[in-house]
Amino acid sequence: MGQPIIEIKGLTKTFGSGEDSVTALRDIDLQINEGDIFGIIGLSGAGKSTLVRCMNLLERPSAGQVIFDGREITSIKEKELRSVRKSIGMIFQRFNLLMQRTAAENVTFPLELEGAPKKKARERALELLKIVGLEDRADAYPAQLSGGQMQRVAIARAVASNPKVLLCDEATSALDPNTTRAILDLLKDINKTMGVTVVIITHEMKVIEQICNRVAVIDQSRIVEQGEVSQVFTHPKAAITRQLIMPHGTEPEMLKVQELRGNEVIRIVFNGGSAYEPLIASLAIDCGVKVNILGADTRNIDGKAYGSMLIGLPSDPKEAARALEYIKSQDGVTVEEVDD
Amino acid sequence: MLDFLGENIQSVLPILPQQTWETLYSTVISTFFAYVIGIPVGVLLATGTSGGILKLPKVVSRCLDIIVNLLRSVPFLLLMMVTLPISGLLFGTKIGTIASIPPLVIAAFPFVARLIESSLREVDRGVIEAAQAMGCSPFQIITKVMLPESVPSIISGAAIALTTIMGYGAMAGIIGAGGLGNVGITYGYYRYKYSIMYLIIIMLVILVQIFQTIGTWLSVRSDKRISYNKKRSKRK
Repeated sequence: MGQPIIEIKGLTKTFGSGEDSVTALRDIDLQINEGDIFGIIGLSGAGKSTLVRCMNLLERPSAGQVIFDGREITSIKEKELRSVRKSIGMIFQRFNLLMQRTAAENVTFPLELEGAPKKKARERALELLKIVGLEDRADAYPAQLSGGQMQRVAIARAVASNPKVLLCDEATSALDPNTTRAILDLLKDINKTMGVTVVIITHEMKVIEQICNRVAVIDQSRIVEQGEVSQVFTHPKAAITRQLIMPHGTEPEMLKVQELRGNEVIRIVFNGGSAYEPLIASLAIDCGVKVNILGADTRNIDGKAYGSMLIGLPSDPKEAARALEYIKSQDGVTVEEVDD
Repeated sequence: MLDFLGENIQSVLPILPQQTWETLYSTVISTFFAYVIGIPVGVLLATGTSGGILKLPKVVSRCLDIIVNLLRSVPFLLLMMVTLPISGLLFGTKIGTIASIPPLVIAAFPFVARLIESSLREVDRGVIEAAQAMGCSPFQIITKVMLPESVPSIISGAAIALTTIMGYGAMAGIIGAGGLGNVGITYGYYRYKYSIMYLIIIMLVILVQIFQTIGTWLSVRSDKRISYNKKRSKRK
Protein backbone atom coordinates (compact mmCIF):
# COMPACT_ATOMS: atom_id res chain seq x y z
CA MET A 1 0.00 0.00 0.00
CA GLY A 2 1.31 3.40 -1.00
CA GLN A 3 1.69 6.63 0.91
CA PRO A 4 -1.43 8.72 1.50
CA ILE A 5 -1.86 11.14 -1.40
CA ILE A 6 -5.13 12.74 -0.37
CA GLU A 7 -6.20 12.99 3.25
CA ILE A 8 -9.39 14.62 4.34
CA LYS A 9 -9.86 15.43 7.99
CA GLY A 10 -13.05 16.59 9.63
CA LEU A 11 -14.33 18.15 6.45
CA THR A 12 -17.69 19.89 6.57
CA LYS A 13 -19.30 21.84 3.79
CA THR A 14 -22.33 24.01 4.29
CA PHE A 15 -24.01 25.96 1.52
CA GLY A 16 -25.76 29.20 2.33
CA SER A 17 -26.11 30.60 5.80
CA GLY A 18 -28.63 30.91 8.57
CA GLU A 19 -31.89 29.03 8.32
CA ASP A 20 -31.57 28.34 4.60
CA SER A 21 -28.21 26.64 4.94
CA VAL A 22 -27.76 23.14 3.62
CA THR A 23 -25.04 20.88 4.91
CA ALA A 24 -23.71 18.86 1.99
CA LEU A 25 -20.89 17.16 3.88
CA ARG A 26 -20.56 16.49 7.57
CA ASP A 27 -17.36 15.63 9.34
CA ILE A 28 -15.76 13.60 6.56
CA ASP A 29 -12.54 11.66 7.21
CA LEU A 30 -10.98 9.97 4.26
CA GLN A 31 -7.61 8.68 3.19
CA ILE A 32 -6.67 7.88 -0.37
CA ASN A 33 -3.34 6.20 -0.96
CA GLU A 34 -0.97 6.49 -3.88
CA GLY A 35 -1.87 4.01 -6.60
CA ASP A 36 -5.41 3.48 -5.33
CA ILE A 37 -8.42 3.41 -7.53
CA PHE A 38 -10.68 4.82 -4.90
CA GLY A 39 -14.43 4.75 -5.40
CA ILE A 40 -16.86 7.05 -3.64
CA ILE A 41 -20.40 5.82 -4.04
CA GLY A 42 -23.68 7.25 -2.94
CA LEU A 43 -27.14 8.09 -4.18
CA SER A 44 -27.71 11.43 -5.86
CA GLY A 45 -27.75 14.25 -3.39
CA ALA A 46 -25.58 12.34 -0.93
CA GLY A 47 -22.82 14.93 -1.30
CA LYS A 48 -20.31 12.93 -3.32
CA SER A 49 -19.83 15.54 -6.03
CA THR A 50 -19.23 18.21 -3.43
CA LEU A 51 -16.70 15.93 -1.76
CA VAL A 52 -14.65 15.44 -4.92
CA ARG A 53 -14.79 19.20 -5.59
CA CYS A 54 -13.36 19.79 -2.15
CA MET A 55 -10.33 17.69 -3.07
CA ASN A 56 -9.09 20.33 -5.54
CA LEU A 57 -10.90 23.14 -3.76
CA LEU A 58 -13.32 23.93 -6.54
CA GLU A 59 -15.53 24.00 -3.48
CA ARG A 60 -14.12 25.58 -0.35
CA PRO A 61 -14.79 23.43 2.71
CA SER A 62 -16.53 25.23 5.56
CA ALA A 63 -14.36 23.38 8.05
CA GLY A 64 -11.69 20.72 8.10
CA GLN A 65 -8.50 19.99 6.26
CA VAL A 66 -7.58 18.72 2.82
CA ILE A 67 -4.05 17.37 2.65
CA PHE A 68 -2.66 16.71 -0.79
CA ASP A 69 0.68 14.95 -1.07
CA GLY A 70 1.55 15.83 2.49
CA ARG A 71 0.56 19.47 2.21
CA GLU A 72 -2.42 21.18 3.75
CA ILE A 73 -4.02 23.04 0.85
CA THR A 74 -7.08 24.80 2.26
CA SER A 75 -4.96 27.60 3.67
CA ILE A 76 -2.49 28.18 0.82
CA LYS A 77 -2.54 31.18 -1.48
CA GLU A 78 -4.56 31.24 -4.69
CA LYS A 79 -1.43 31.19 -6.82
CA GLU A 80 0.04 28.17 -5.05
CA LEU A 81 -3.31 26.45 -5.24
CA ARG A 82 -3.25 26.85 -9.00
CA SER A 83 0.07 25.06 -9.19
CA VAL A 84 -1.22 22.29 -6.90
CA ARG A 85 -4.24 21.91 -9.17
CA LYS A 86 -1.91 21.17 -12.07
CA SER A 87 -1.04 17.91 -10.34
CA ILE A 88 -4.70 16.99 -9.89
CA GLY A 89 -6.46 16.11 -13.13
CA MET A 90 -10.22 16.06 -13.33
CA ILE A 91 -12.85 14.66 -15.66
CA PHE A 92 -16.56 15.32 -15.60
CA GLN A 93 -19.90 13.75 -16.38
CA ARG A 94 -20.50 16.23 -19.20
CA PHE A 95 -16.88 16.11 -20.42
CA ASN A 96 -16.51 19.92 -20.34
CA LEU A 97 -14.35 20.12 -23.42
CA LEU A 98 -13.64 23.42 -25.12
CA MET A 99 -16.11 23.24 -27.99
CA GLN A 100 -14.26 25.66 -30.24
CA ARG A 101 -11.01 23.71 -30.06
CA THR A 102 -10.14 20.43 -31.75
CA ALA A 103 -9.46 17.26 -29.76
CA ALA A 104 -5.71 17.85 -29.99
CA GLU A 105 -6.08 21.52 -29.05
CA ASN A 106 -8.09 20.50 -26.01
CA VAL A 107 -5.26 18.24 -24.91
CA THR A 108 -2.64 20.94 -25.48
CA PHE A 109 -4.63 23.38 -23.34
CA PRO A 110 -3.05 22.46 -19.98
CA LEU A 111 0.35 22.35 -21.67
CA GLU A 112 -0.14 25.88 -23.01
CA LEU A 113 -0.87 27.00 -19.47
CA GLU A 114 2.54 25.67 -18.49
CA GLY A 115 4.05 27.60 -21.38
CA ALA A 116 5.08 24.55 -23.43
CA PRO A 117 6.19 25.35 -27.00
CA LYS A 118 3.40 24.77 -29.52
CA LYS A 119 5.13 22.04 -31.50
CA LYS A 120 6.10 20.08 -28.41
CA ALA A 121 2.62 20.42 -26.95
CA ARG A 122 1.11 19.11 -30.18
CA GLU A 123 3.46 16.10 -30.17
CA ARG A 124 2.57 15.29 -26.60
CA ALA A 125 -1.13 15.70 -27.37
CA LEU A 126 -0.92 13.23 -30.24
CA GLU A 127 0.95 10.82 -27.99
CA LEU A 128 -1.80 11.07 -25.36
CA LEU A 129 -4.56 10.75 -27.92
CA LYS A 130 -2.88 7.56 -29.06
CA ILE A 131 -2.95 6.22 -25.51
CA VAL A 132 -6.69 6.87 -25.31
CA GLY A 133 -7.20 5.40 -28.77
CA LEU A 134 -8.13 8.55 -30.64
CA GLU A 135 -5.05 9.44 -32.66
CA ASP A 136 -7.09 9.45 -35.88
CA ARG A 137 -9.55 12.03 -34.52
CA ALA A 138 -6.94 14.54 -33.37
CA ASP A 139 -8.27 17.33 -35.58
CA ALA A 140 -11.96 16.66 -35.00
CA TYR A 141 -14.01 19.11 -32.97
CA PRO A 142 -15.86 17.80 -29.90
CA ALA A 143 -19.20 18.21 -31.70
CA GLN A 144 -17.97 15.62 -34.17
CA LEU A 145 -17.19 13.05 -31.48
CA SER A 146 -19.38 10.60 -29.59
CA GLY A 147 -19.79 10.78 -25.82
CA GLY A 148 -17.24 8.05 -25.23
CA GLN A 149 -14.76 9.72 -27.54
CA MET A 150 -15.26 13.07 -25.82
CA GLN A 151 -14.56 11.46 -22.47
CA ARG A 152 -11.38 9.94 -23.91
CA VAL A 153 -10.27 13.40 -25.02
CA ALA A 154 -11.10 14.70 -21.55
CA ILE A 155 -9.00 11.94 -19.99
CA ALA A 156 -6.08 12.72 -22.31
CA ARG A 157 -6.42 16.40 -21.36
CA ALA A 158 -6.60 15.61 -17.66
CA VAL A 159 -3.42 13.52 -17.65
CA ALA A 160 -1.48 15.78 -20.04
CA SER A 161 0.27 17.62 -17.23
CA ASN A 162 1.32 14.36 -15.53
CA PRO A 163 -0.94 14.70 -12.51
CA LYS A 164 -0.59 12.52 -9.44
CA VAL A 165 -4.30 12.14 -9.03
CA LEU A 166 -7.18 11.93 -11.46
CA LEU A 167 -10.57 12.92 -10.07
CA CYS A 168 -13.54 11.47 -11.96
CA ASP A 169 -16.86 13.12 -11.24
CA GLU A 170 -19.56 10.75 -12.50
CA ALA A 171 -17.34 10.31 -15.54
CA THR A 172 -19.32 7.42 -16.97
CA SER A 173 -22.84 8.37 -15.94
CA ALA A 174 -23.67 9.87 -19.32
CA LEU A 175 -22.35 6.86 -21.25
CA ASP A 176 -23.91 3.58 -22.32
CA PRO A 177 -22.80 0.34 -20.59
CA ASN A 178 -20.32 -0.74 -23.26
CA THR A 179 -18.69 2.66 -23.44
CA THR A 180 -18.65 2.81 -19.65
CA ARG A 181 -16.73 -0.44 -19.53
CA ALA A 182 -14.24 0.78 -22.12
CA ILE A 183 -13.68 4.08 -20.31
CA LEU A 184 -13.21 2.27 -16.98
CA ASP A 185 -10.69 -0.07 -18.59
CA LEU A 186 -8.85 2.97 -19.88
CA LEU A 187 -8.80 4.51 -16.40
CA LYS A 188 -7.47 1.27 -14.96
CA ASP A 189 -4.82 1.21 -17.64
CA ILE A 190 -3.77 4.78 -16.90
CA ASN A 191 -3.66 3.95 -13.20
CA LYS A 192 -1.31 1.05 -13.89
CA THR A 193 0.94 2.45 -16.61
CA MET A 194 1.19 6.08 -15.51
CA GLY A 195 0.87 5.46 -11.80
CA VAL A 196 -1.93 7.96 -11.44
CA THR A 197 -4.12 7.59 -8.38
CA VAL A 198 -7.75 7.57 -9.51
CA VAL A 199 -10.69 8.82 -7.46
CA ILE A 200 -14.06 7.86 -8.87
CA ILE A 201 -17.38 9.34 -7.86
CA THR A 202 -20.33 7.27 -8.95
CA HIS A 203 -23.80 6.07 -8.08
CA GLU A 204 -23.29 2.77 -9.90
CA MET A 205 -22.00 -0.22 -7.98
CA LYS A 206 -20.78 -1.86 -11.15
CA VAL A 207 -18.28 0.95 -11.64
CA ILE A 208 -16.79 0.30 -8.21
CA GLU A 209 -16.91 -3.42 -8.85
CA GLN A 210 -15.08 -3.18 -12.15
CA ILE A 211 -12.05 -1.14 -11.22
CA CYS A 212 -11.86 0.10 -7.64
CA ASN A 213 -9.71 -1.45 -4.95
CA ARG A 214 -11.03 0.75 -2.15
CA VAL A 215 -14.41 2.31 -1.63
CA ALA A 216 -16.17 4.79 0.60
CA VAL A 217 -19.93 4.83 0.85
CA ILE A 218 -21.49 8.21 1.42
CA ASP A 219 -25.02 8.72 2.58
CA GLN A 220 -26.79 11.81 3.79
CA SER A 221 -23.61 13.90 3.90
CA ARG A 222 -21.62 11.35 5.89
CA ILE A 223 -19.25 8.55 5.09
CA VAL A 224 -21.00 5.48 6.45
CA GLU A 225 -18.48 2.88 5.43
CA GLN A 226 -15.05 2.62 3.83
CA GLY A 227 -12.43 0.03 3.15
CA GLU A 228 -11.26 -2.58 0.67
CA VAL A 229 -13.90 -3.20 -1.97
CA SER A 230 -13.96 -6.97 -1.32
CA GLN A 231 -14.36 -6.32 2.40
CA VAL A 232 -17.18 -3.84 2.01
CA PHE A 233 -18.92 -6.05 -0.52
CA THR A 234 -18.87 -9.18 1.59
CA HIS A 235 -19.61 -7.60 4.90
CA PRO A 236 -21.66 -4.49 4.16
CA LYS A 237 -22.44 -2.86 7.48
CA ALA A 238 -24.63 0.05 6.50
CA ALA A 239 -28.10 -0.46 5.12
CA ILE A 240 -27.33 1.89 2.26
CA THR A 241 -24.36 -0.24 1.23
CA ARG A 242 -26.49 -3.35 1.11
CA GLN A 243 -29.02 -1.45 -0.92
CA LEU A 244 -26.35 -0.32 -3.36
CA ILE A 245 -24.81 -3.77 -3.69
CA MET A 246 -28.07 -5.60 -4.14
CA PRO A 247 -30.60 -3.10 -5.40
CA HIS A 248 -33.25 -5.80 -5.71
CA GLY A 249 -32.80 -7.12 -2.20
CA THR A 250 -30.43 -9.80 -1.04
CA GLU A 251 -32.70 -12.64 -2.09
CA PRO A 252 -32.53 -13.50 -5.76
CA GLU A 253 -35.94 -13.77 -7.30
CA MET A 254 -37.12 -17.33 -7.33
CA LEU A 255 -38.39 -18.79 -10.53
CA LYS A 256 -41.39 -21.02 -10.80
CA VAL A 257 -41.03 -22.44 -7.32
CA GLN A 258 -44.48 -23.95 -7.38
CA GLU A 259 -43.44 -26.23 -10.21
CA LEU A 260 -40.72 -27.72 -8.07
CA ARG A 261 -42.84 -28.60 -5.12
CA GLY A 262 -41.41 -31.61 -3.43
CA ASN A 263 -37.87 -30.82 -4.47
CA GLU A 264 -35.58 -29.51 -1.84
CA VAL A 265 -34.39 -25.97 -2.41
CA ILE A 266 -31.08 -24.76 -1.03
CA ARG A 267 -29.33 -21.43 -1.07
CA ILE A 268 -25.64 -21.36 -1.86
CA VAL A 269 -23.87 -18.29 -0.55
CA PHE A 270 -20.60 -17.38 -2.22
CA ASN A 271 -18.22 -15.81 0.23
CA GLY A 272 -15.34 -15.05 -2.03
CA GLY A 273 -14.32 -18.37 -3.48
CA SER A 274 -12.73 -18.37 -6.88
CA ALA A 275 -15.06 -17.01 -9.52
CA TYR A 276 -13.35 -19.21 -12.03
CA GLU A 277 -14.49 -22.49 -10.38
CA PRO A 278 -17.53 -23.62 -12.33
CA LEU A 279 -19.35 -25.00 -9.30
CA ILE A 280 -22.59 -26.12 -10.89
CA ALA A 281 -20.87 -27.60 -13.92
CA SER A 282 -18.42 -29.55 -11.76
CA LEU A 283 -21.32 -30.73 -9.69
CA ALA A 284 -22.95 -32.15 -12.78
CA ILE A 285 -19.75 -33.73 -14.04
CA ASP A 286 -18.22 -34.97 -10.77
CA CYS A 287 -21.42 -36.32 -9.19
CA GLY A 288 -23.54 -36.77 -12.24
CA VAL A 289 -26.29 -34.81 -10.52
CA LYS A 290 -28.38 -32.33 -12.41
CA VAL A 291 -29.57 -29.40 -10.35
CA ASN A 292 -31.90 -26.65 -11.28
CA ILE A 293 -30.78 -23.02 -10.88
CA LEU A 294 -33.82 -21.13 -9.66
CA GLY A 295 -32.24 -17.79 -9.24
CA ALA A 296 -28.86 -16.24 -8.85
CA ASP A 297 -27.35 -12.88 -8.03
CA THR A 298 -23.63 -13.18 -7.99
CA ARG A 299 -20.83 -10.75 -8.59
CA ASN A 300 -17.24 -11.12 -9.54
CA ILE A 301 -15.07 -8.82 -7.47
CA ASP A 302 -11.36 -8.99 -8.06
CA GLY A 303 -11.69 -12.57 -9.33
CA LYS A 304 -13.74 -13.67 -6.34
CA ALA A 305 -17.36 -14.67 -6.36
CA TYR A 306 -19.88 -13.01 -4.06
CA GLY A 307 -23.62 -13.34 -3.87
CA SER A 308 -26.09 -16.14 -3.60
CA MET A 309 -27.78 -18.73 -5.76
CA LEU A 310 -30.95 -20.74 -5.27
CA ILE A 311 -30.72 -24.35 -6.38
CA GLY A 312 -33.46 -26.95 -6.71
CA LEU A 313 -32.05 -30.35 -5.78
CA PRO A 314 -33.14 -33.44 -7.68
CA SER A 315 -36.18 -35.29 -6.30
CA ASP A 316 -34.20 -38.49 -5.75
CA PRO A 317 -33.08 -38.27 -2.10
CA LYS A 318 -29.80 -40.11 -2.71
CA GLU A 319 -28.79 -37.78 -5.52
CA ALA A 320 -29.88 -34.79 -3.48
CA ALA A 321 -27.74 -35.86 -0.55
CA ARG A 322 -24.74 -36.42 -2.80
CA ALA A 323 -25.10 -32.99 -4.36
CA LEU A 324 -25.47 -31.32 -0.97
CA GLU A 325 -22.34 -32.97 0.29
CA TYR A 326 -20.39 -31.99 -2.78
CA ILE A 327 -21.39 -28.34 -2.54
CA LYS A 328 -20.65 -28.20 1.19
CA SER A 329 -17.14 -29.50 0.52
CA GLN A 330 -16.31 -26.53 -1.71
CA ASP A 331 -14.23 -23.62 -0.44
CA GLY A 332 -15.78 -20.23 -0.05
CA VAL A 333 -19.40 -21.32 -0.13
CA THR A 334 -21.94 -21.95 2.59
CA VAL A 335 -25.20 -23.77 2.11
CA GLU A 336 -28.52 -23.01 3.70
CA GLU A 337 -31.74 -24.90 3.28
CA VAL A 338 -34.71 -22.91 2.19
CA ASP A 339 -38.10 -23.83 3.58
CA ASP A 340 -41.10 -23.24 1.49
CA MET B 1 -45.23 62.91 -60.82
CA LEU B 2 -42.64 60.23 -61.35
CA ASP B 3 -40.44 62.70 -63.18
CA PHE B 4 -40.74 65.08 -60.26
CA LEU B 5 -39.53 62.36 -57.84
CA GLY B 6 -36.82 61.39 -60.23
CA GLU B 7 -35.57 64.95 -60.41
CA ASN B 8 -35.23 65.16 -56.64
CA ILE B 9 -33.32 61.95 -56.45
CA GLN B 10 -31.15 62.91 -59.38
CA SER B 11 -30.14 66.06 -57.53
CA VAL B 12 -28.63 64.05 -54.67
CA LEU B 13 -27.21 61.18 -56.72
CA PRO B 14 -23.75 62.76 -57.20
CA ILE B 15 -23.20 63.10 -53.45
CA LEU B 16 -24.47 59.64 -52.52
CA PRO B 17 -21.21 57.65 -52.97
CA GLN B 18 -19.28 60.06 -50.74
CA GLN B 19 -22.08 60.10 -48.14
CA THR B 20 -22.38 56.30 -48.17
CA TRP B 21 -18.66 56.10 -47.55
CA GLU B 22 -18.95 58.55 -44.63
CA THR B 23 -21.73 56.47 -43.10
CA LEU B 24 -19.67 53.32 -43.45
CA TYR B 25 -16.47 54.67 -42.03
CA SER B 26 -18.05 56.50 -39.12
CA THR B 27 -20.03 53.35 -38.31
CA VAL B 28 -17.03 51.04 -38.51
CA ILE B 29 -14.69 53.33 -36.59
CA SER B 30 -17.29 54.03 -33.88
CA THR B 31 -18.05 50.33 -33.57
CA PHE B 32 -14.36 49.55 -33.30
CA PHE B 33 -13.82 52.00 -30.44
CA ALA B 34 -17.09 50.96 -28.82
CA TYR B 35 -15.62 47.43 -28.69
CA VAL B 36 -12.25 48.65 -27.43
CA ILE B 37 -14.07 50.06 -24.40
CA GLY B 38 -17.01 47.65 -24.39
CA ILE B 39 -15.09 44.36 -24.26
CA PRO B 40 -13.26 45.03 -20.98
CA VAL B 41 -16.41 46.52 -19.44
CA GLY B 42 -18.46 43.54 -20.64
CA VAL B 43 -15.88 41.14 -19.23
CA LEU B 44 -16.05 42.88 -15.87
CA LEU B 45 -19.84 42.81 -15.95
CA ALA B 46 -19.90 39.09 -16.74
CA THR B 47 -17.19 37.95 -14.35
CA GLY B 48 -17.25 40.46 -11.53
CA THR B 49 -20.63 39.66 -10.05
CA SER B 50 -20.92 37.36 -7.07
CA GLY B 51 -20.15 33.79 -8.06
CA GLY B 52 -18.11 35.07 -11.01
CA ILE B 53 -14.45 34.24 -11.49
CA LEU B 54 -13.17 37.73 -10.69
CA LYS B 55 -13.50 38.76 -7.11
CA LEU B 56 -14.33 42.41 -7.63
CA PRO B 57 -15.47 44.42 -4.64
CA LYS B 58 -19.25 44.49 -4.69
CA VAL B 59 -19.25 48.30 -4.85
CA VAL B 60 -17.20 48.30 -8.04
CA SER B 61 -19.34 45.80 -9.91
CA ARG B 62 -22.50 47.52 -8.73
CA CYS B 63 -21.25 50.95 -9.85
CA LEU B 64 -20.25 49.58 -13.23
CA ASP B 65 -23.69 48.11 -13.65
CA ILE B 66 -25.36 51.38 -12.76
CA ILE B 67 -23.15 53.48 -15.06
CA VAL B 68 -23.86 51.18 -17.98
CA ASN B 69 -27.59 51.27 -17.33
CA LEU B 70 -27.49 55.03 -16.96
CA LEU B 71 -25.76 55.59 -20.28
CA ARG B 72 -28.09 53.11 -21.94
CA SER B 73 -31.19 54.88 -20.73
CA VAL B 74 -30.27 58.38 -21.97
CA PRO B 75 -31.86 58.99 -25.41
CA PHE B 76 -29.14 59.08 -28.02
CA LEU B 77 -30.00 62.57 -29.28
CA LEU B 78 -29.59 64.08 -25.82
CA LEU B 79 -26.46 62.06 -25.10
CA MET B 80 -25.04 63.37 -28.34
CA MET B 81 -25.70 66.99 -27.39
CA VAL B 82 -24.12 66.46 -23.99
CA THR B 83 -21.05 64.69 -25.29
CA LEU B 84 -20.34 66.90 -28.30
CA PRO B 85 -17.95 69.11 -26.30
CA ILE B 86 -15.67 66.06 -26.13
CA SER B 87 -15.49 66.15 -29.92
CA GLY B 88 -14.65 69.83 -29.67
CA LEU B 89 -11.78 69.01 -27.33
CA LEU B 90 -10.51 66.11 -29.40
CA PHE B 91 -10.91 67.41 -32.93
CA GLY B 92 -11.51 71.12 -32.53
CA THR B 93 -14.91 70.85 -34.18
CA LYS B 94 -18.40 69.94 -33.12
CA ILE B 95 -19.77 69.37 -36.59
CA GLY B 96 -19.05 66.89 -39.31
CA THR B 97 -18.61 63.17 -39.48
CA ILE B 98 -15.49 63.04 -37.30
CA ALA B 99 -17.23 65.01 -34.56
CA SER B 100 -20.01 62.43 -34.47
CA ILE B 101 -17.63 59.59 -33.60
CA PRO B 102 -17.02 60.32 -29.87
CA PRO B 103 -20.77 60.62 -29.07
CA LEU B 104 -21.39 57.44 -31.05
CA VAL B 105 -18.70 55.58 -29.12
CA ILE B 106 -20.01 56.81 -25.79
CA ALA B 107 -23.57 55.89 -26.71
CA ALA B 108 -22.59 52.49 -28.10
CA PHE B 109 -20.02 51.10 -25.68
CA PRO B 110 -22.52 50.35 -22.86
CA PHE B 111 -24.66 48.53 -25.42
CA VAL B 112 -21.61 46.61 -26.64
CA ALA B 113 -20.65 45.84 -23.04
CA ARG B 114 -24.08 44.27 -22.45
CA LEU B 115 -23.74 42.23 -25.66
CA ILE B 116 -20.33 40.97 -24.57
CA GLU B 117 -21.64 40.25 -21.10
CA SER B 118 -24.48 38.10 -22.42
CA SER B 119 -22.15 36.28 -24.84
CA LEU B 120 -19.74 35.45 -22.02
CA ARG B 121 -22.53 34.31 -19.74
CA GLU B 122 -23.48 31.73 -22.34
CA VAL B 123 -20.18 29.91 -21.83
CA ASP B 124 -20.81 26.59 -20.14
CA ARG B 125 -20.15 26.80 -16.39
CA GLY B 126 -18.67 23.31 -16.53
CA VAL B 127 -16.01 24.32 -19.04
CA ILE B 128 -14.95 27.18 -16.78
CA GLU B 129 -14.85 24.78 -13.86
CA ALA B 130 -12.67 22.40 -15.88
CA ALA B 131 -10.30 25.27 -16.63
CA GLN B 132 -10.16 26.18 -12.93
CA ALA B 133 -9.42 22.55 -12.11
CA MET B 134 -6.50 22.70 -14.55
CA GLY B 135 -5.04 25.63 -12.64
CA CYS B 136 -6.11 28.52 -14.89
CA SER B 137 -5.84 32.01 -13.44
CA PRO B 138 -8.94 34.22 -13.80
CA PHE B 139 -7.16 36.17 -16.54
CA GLN B 140 -6.38 32.95 -18.43
CA ILE B 141 -9.97 31.82 -18.07
CA ILE B 142 -11.13 35.06 -19.65
CA THR B 143 -8.60 35.14 -22.48
CA LYS B 144 -8.20 31.42 -23.17
CA VAL B 145 -11.61 30.04 -22.36
CA MET B 146 -14.48 32.52 -22.13
CA LEU B 147 -13.63 34.82 -25.04
CA PRO B 148 -12.54 32.09 -27.52
CA GLU B 149 -15.49 29.89 -26.61
CA SER B 150 -17.96 32.69 -27.23
CA VAL B 151 -16.52 33.94 -30.53
CA PRO B 152 -19.58 32.93 -32.61
CA SER B 153 -21.89 34.70 -30.19
CA ILE B 154 -19.62 37.76 -30.07
CA ILE B 155 -19.60 37.95 -33.87
CA SER B 156 -23.36 37.81 -34.12
CA GLY B 157 -23.50 40.45 -31.39
CA ALA B 158 -21.12 42.59 -33.45
CA ALA B 159 -23.54 42.50 -36.38
CA ILE B 160 -26.25 43.81 -34.08
CA ALA B 161 -23.93 46.48 -32.70
CA LEU B 162 -22.85 47.57 -36.17
CA THR B 163 -26.41 48.01 -37.41
CA THR B 164 -27.50 49.80 -34.26
CA ILE B 165 -24.55 52.16 -34.42
CA MET B 166 -25.35 52.87 -38.05
CA GLY B 167 -28.84 53.87 -36.95
CA TYR B 168 -27.36 56.19 -34.30
CA GLY B 169 -25.02 57.60 -36.96
CA ALA B 170 -27.97 58.45 -39.17
CA MET B 171 -29.50 60.37 -36.26
CA ALA B 172 -26.26 62.23 -35.84
CA GLY B 173 -27.07 63.76 -39.22
CA ILE B 174 -29.21 66.23 -37.26
CA ILE B 175 -26.14 67.84 -35.74
CA GLY B 176 -24.44 68.02 -39.07
CA ALA B 177 -22.58 64.74 -39.07
CA GLY B 178 -22.04 63.61 -42.65
CA GLY B 179 -23.40 60.45 -44.11
CA LEU B 180 -26.67 59.13 -45.45
CA GLY B 181 -28.67 60.19 -42.40
CA ASN B 182 -27.65 63.79 -42.98
CA VAL B 183 -28.69 63.61 -46.64
CA GLY B 184 -32.07 62.21 -45.64
CA ILE B 185 -32.64 64.93 -43.04
CA THR B 186 -31.25 68.03 -44.74
CA TYR B 187 -32.11 67.27 -48.39
CA GLY B 188 -35.25 65.25 -47.76
CA TYR B 189 -36.99 66.07 -44.49
CA TYR B 190 -36.16 69.77 -44.12
CA ARG B 191 -36.90 70.51 -47.78
CA TYR B 192 -40.04 68.40 -47.94
CA LYS B 193 -38.48 66.22 -50.63
CA TYR B 194 -39.73 63.01 -49.12
CA SER B 195 -38.64 60.87 -52.03
CA ILE B 196 -35.04 61.56 -51.03
CA MET B 197 -35.86 60.53 -47.49
CA TYR B 198 -37.36 57.26 -48.67
CA LEU B 199 -34.35 56.61 -50.89
CA ILE B 200 -32.06 57.06 -47.90
CA ILE B 201 -34.22 54.75 -45.81
CA ILE B 202 -34.03 52.07 -48.50
CA MET B 203 -30.24 52.47 -48.72
CA LEU B 204 -29.89 52.17 -44.95
CA VAL B 205 -32.11 49.09 -44.94
CA ILE B 206 -29.93 47.51 -47.60
CA LEU B 207 -26.75 48.33 -45.64
CA VAL B 208 -28.25 46.83 -42.48
CA GLN B 209 -29.19 43.71 -44.42
CA ILE B 210 -25.66 43.38 -45.77
CA PHE B 211 -24.04 43.80 -42.33
CA GLN B 212 -26.48 41.41 -40.72
CA THR B 213 -26.09 38.76 -43.40
CA ILE B 214 -22.31 38.91 -43.30
CA GLY B 215 -22.37 38.82 -39.50
CA THR B 216 -24.65 35.80 -39.31
CA TRP B 217 -22.64 33.99 -41.97
CA LEU B 218 -19.36 34.65 -40.14
CA SER B 219 -20.88 33.63 -36.82
CA VAL B 220 -22.18 30.31 -38.13
CA ARG B 221 -18.98 29.65 -40.02
CA SER B 222 -16.84 30.24 -36.94
CA ASP B 223 -18.94 28.01 -34.71
CA LYS B 224 -17.36 24.58 -34.39
CA ARG B 225 -20.37 23.29 -32.54
CA ILE B 226 -22.72 23.43 -35.52
CA SER B 227 -20.55 23.20 -38.61
CA TYR B 228 -20.44 19.45 -38.21
CA ASN B 229 -24.19 19.02 -38.09
CA LYS B 230 -24.52 21.19 -41.15
CA LYS B 231 -21.98 19.19 -43.07
CA ARG B 232 -23.70 16.05 -41.95
CA SER B 233 -27.13 17.13 -43.13
CA LYS B 234 -25.62 18.18 -46.44
CA ARG B 235 -24.21 14.72 -46.88
CA LYS B 236 -27.59 13.13 -46.36
